[in-house]
Amino acid sequence: MIEFFDIIFIVISVFTILTAILSLESRELMYGAMSLAASFLGVAGLFVLLNATFLAMLQILVFVGAIAVLILFTVMLVRRDKWIKDGNIRTRLLGLVTAVILSLGLIFVGMISNLNNWFANDIILSFIDIGNDMILNYSLVLNILAVVLGVSIIGALTMAKLDKGDKK
Amino acid sequence: MIPLLYYFIVSGILFSIGIYGLISKRNAIRLLFAVEIIINAALINFVAFSRYLVEPSATGQLFVMFGIALAAAEAATGLSIILVTFRLNNDIDVGELNKLKG
Repeated sequence: MIEFFDIIFIVISVFTILTAILSLESRELMYGAMSLAASFLGVAGLFVLLNATFLAMLQILVFVGAIAVLILFTVMLVRRDKWIKDGNIRTRLLGLVTAVILSLGLIFVGMISNLNNWFANDIILSFIDIGNDMILNYSLVLNILAVVLGVSIIGALTMAKLDKGDKK
Repeated sequence: MIPLLYYFIVSGILFSIGIYGLISKRNAIRLLFAVEIIINAALINFVAFSRYLVEPSATGQLFVMFGIALAAAEAATGLSIILVTFRLNNDIDVGELNKLKG
């Protein structure tokens, strides 16, 4: 029997997968970036279905709000018409064969395992549980992550800034 | 109720799409798209498996939070590398970047 949530799950998954394919295969790089943002939105929808509302919020905030916009601006800065045809037929065929074999293998592994018999528990984790776990058990990870983020942003700024000599 | 297998299959298909992009594309920005898709597939798996645990715990969701932050750091660094490459070579085709070849 097909329930309401199953239909929503199928719609969101098909949307996510189709927009992910489109982001790699669209002719114009700009449309690719936009459909990548749509794919991130689909993943946020899957998070909502999995009762992880906080993560869906974070996904929209960081992926759709920050990363997609960053990619869009980079595409605007480096766009050229000659990249419309990307990849020759041989590498494309190789990639297609690899992807099909990989996905069929993953589906086969899932089928022969007992993942089909696992169902979700009814307990919904609140924001407070996540915060408690973060502060009490994983505070070191949080601090190291803050350092990593700071270093990466400093590195990105240092690389991207224009020196006085190399002005074109 | 949706069994865990379906989430596993969706994330596996997304992962395969990312691998396809990594193999077949030569434009650096498209390679970055493929990496982001792979990261998203991994995040879906984390959340799904943590939701389907017998004993509920927030650890899976926490690691997805950390993963999102790492993905943001990776995107910032990668995009600035692409910008610098474009400024130096006027091209971002990764097949043309052979300055470091011995």
